[in-house]
Amino acid sequence: MSELKLNPYFGQYGGMFVPQLLVPALKQLEQAYVDALADPAFHAEFQQLLTEYAGRPTPLTLCRNISPNPKVKIYLKREDLLHGGAHKTNQVLGQALLTKRMGKQEVIAETGAGQHGVATALACALLGLKCRIYMGAKDIERQQPNVFRMKLMGATVIPVTSGSGTLKDAVNEAMRDWSASYDTTHYMLGTAAGPHPFPTIVRDFQKMIGEEAKQQLLKAEGKLPDAVIACVGGGSNAIGMFADFIDEPGVKLIGVEPGGTGIDTHQHGAALSTGSYGILHGAYTAIMQTTDGQIEESYSISAGLDYPAVGPQHTHLQQTGRASYVAINDDEALAAFQLLAKSEGIIPALESSHALAHALKMAEQATEPTVLLVNLSGRGDKDLAHVHSVLAGAKL
Amino acid sequence: MKRYQQMFTRLQQQNRGAFVPFVTIGDPTAELSFEIIKTLIDAGADALELGIPFSDPIADGPTIQGANIRALAAGVTPAISFDIIARIRSYHATIPIGLLLYSNLVMARGIDNFYARAAAAGVDSVLIADVPLHESKLFRQSAIKHDIAPIFIVPPNVDDEDLRQIASYGRGYTYLLSRAGVTGTETVAAMPTSELISRIRSYNPAPPLLGFGISTPAHVKEALASGAAGAISGSAIVKLIEQHQHQPEHLLAQLTQFISSMKAAT
Ligand SMILES: Cc1ncc(COP(=O)(O)O)c(C=O)c1O
Repeated sequence: MSELKLNPYFGQYGGMFVPQLLVPALKQLEQAYVDALADPAFHAEFQQLLTEYAGRPTPLTLCRNISPNPKVKIYLKREDLLHGGAHKTNQVLGQALLTKRMGKQEVIAETGAGQHGVATALACALLGLKCRIYMGAKDIERQQPNVFRMKLMGATVIPVTSGSGTLKDAVNEAMRDWSASYDTTHYMLGTAAGPHPFPTIVRDFQKMIGEEAKQQLLKAEGKLPDAVIACVGGGSNAIGMFADFIDEPGVKLIGVEPGGTGIDTHQHGAALSTGSYGILHGAYTAIMQTTDGQIEESYSISAGLDYPAVGPQHTHLQQTGRASYVAINDDEALAAFQLLAKSEGIIPALESSHALAHALKMAEQATEPTVLLVNLSGRGDKDLAHVHSVLAGAKL
Repeated sequence: MKRYQQMFTRLQQQNRGAFVPFVTIGDPTAELSFEIIKTLIDAGADALELGIPFSDPIADGPTIQGANIRALAAGVTPAISFDIIARIRSYHATIPIGLLLYSNLVMARGIDNFYARAAAAGVDSVLIADVPLHESKLFRQSAIKHDIAPIFIVPPNVDDEDLRQIASYGRGYTYLLSRAGVTGTETVAAMPTSELISRIRSYNPAPPLLGFGISTPAHVKEALASGAAGAISGSAIVKLIEQHQHQPEHLLAQLTQFISSMKAAT
């Protein structure tokens, strides 16, 4: 079969570990992407959708009250204000255009928090594609409003009960579906993970986050930030934020993984913090596994971070030392969630609350004037009922 | 891996095709699984295709997913799986034993270590469901080093360049996919056209066995008629295990009957 057009590896991580049957579908996607990049009409249409439909550029907000240290400025990149409520909409619009370029009429997707499902549903409604979305049964329970949103926009939501009933299992089901349906159907993977070319395509369709933020911050501060901080589920909002800063050695890149009840408790989703590597969902990357190689079930209070692997470029960035990765526990994320609401009037997604919680920790420890840029990847509406029930009894 | 050659030579002399059952090792328990595999041999299996249970079998439909879940719940590990294989190997010295599993199990303790353990247990071939040709180098090199046949899949959408590589890298047998999709009897096998089989055969690969959706003696007959060297059946057998797992005697009797009828169709 024809050679690949793009490098499927980031250092030694990545690759295309899928059944032979799916290789032609992935190569077709790669070709469609390469062709689109060379086509000004594609760029124009993507750009138009991003500005006129999704609401780009999103603002950059300097927090007025939340910083615990007068020496530290915390800026938020407001992906929570993007149509759909999270950064997910960016790359979905790009992939929806690729779907049409490939002549496919149907889309399958997996979703954890439901944000990628919502983004997929809205893009498919807009562009006349038919979509079905796999979602873990446990996630359906904790993300009810998003399930309803997807259905309102015409998507079919298919509950997945196998395994832990979360994102990992939804990806399994989507891949199984795709192996029978690739002729007519595009698999719209929702994060910068999975087999090549997804980590590359999703990053490139998310990198406007960092490009915009860089310009906005330069304008506001006249310099680059000291550190850029983003939460890491599969890694799409983080890589979208990092991409344009990778070649700026003065800017620290920090990814925040879900620490659950603590990374020493096994109840977490911090693949990069565990330092174990293997193959899950088509890529060689950091994964949570037993010594035998069985994939472990992840855990996080936030459905969107509840995933036992991470996109391969993050593993590479960690290995080369260009980015560092830390974990934030459920409790710390919940505290940051409430604090942002109280002090700035912004209710963040639980996922994004992890990034904010780490920024607050850094701010407390800073002794020099410091500018922190946090990717506020999504808004917290979807989490209200869940947080409400978790906090029930606790005083707000 | 010469056991495959010997099997195909013998079958050719008899003018028959191969029937190859698949089960997941350790389904529903390690001990009963050993009895099940022995029964498959006694009832006429020409070769065995065995899965090592894995947490995330993305190429499998609900039936074989269930087998993986039962085996894992029974505490069956790769080490226990290799023990069972070694016992099967001492029970039968010449039957070809193939493994069909997922890449992370092969990587977990090092690729070379995996093939060394497989060889020591008496395995003849390894097919990794989620390693396509262009990612296969380290795996197939280690396989050859340990005298294990690397098996490659020929999907219905195969192109000529892939066929050329499969013929040059594959040993033992070639896994011919009857259709797209995952394992399971929900979607029946689509028989390859004799045109496809002769195109495949023109590259001179290891003999093609047809798998996915094979669940009746008629399917086996059709597979052979279309030019395959044999047929592989998994989900139909695993379904019997699922249904009768709590009555072992009855289960083994059902398996004997099913395997004999499938073999009779060759
Ligand atoms: C708001 C939000 N942030 C972050 C994530 C995590 O995904 P990723 O790591 O791909 O950005 C999700 C996933 O659902 C999300 O909804």
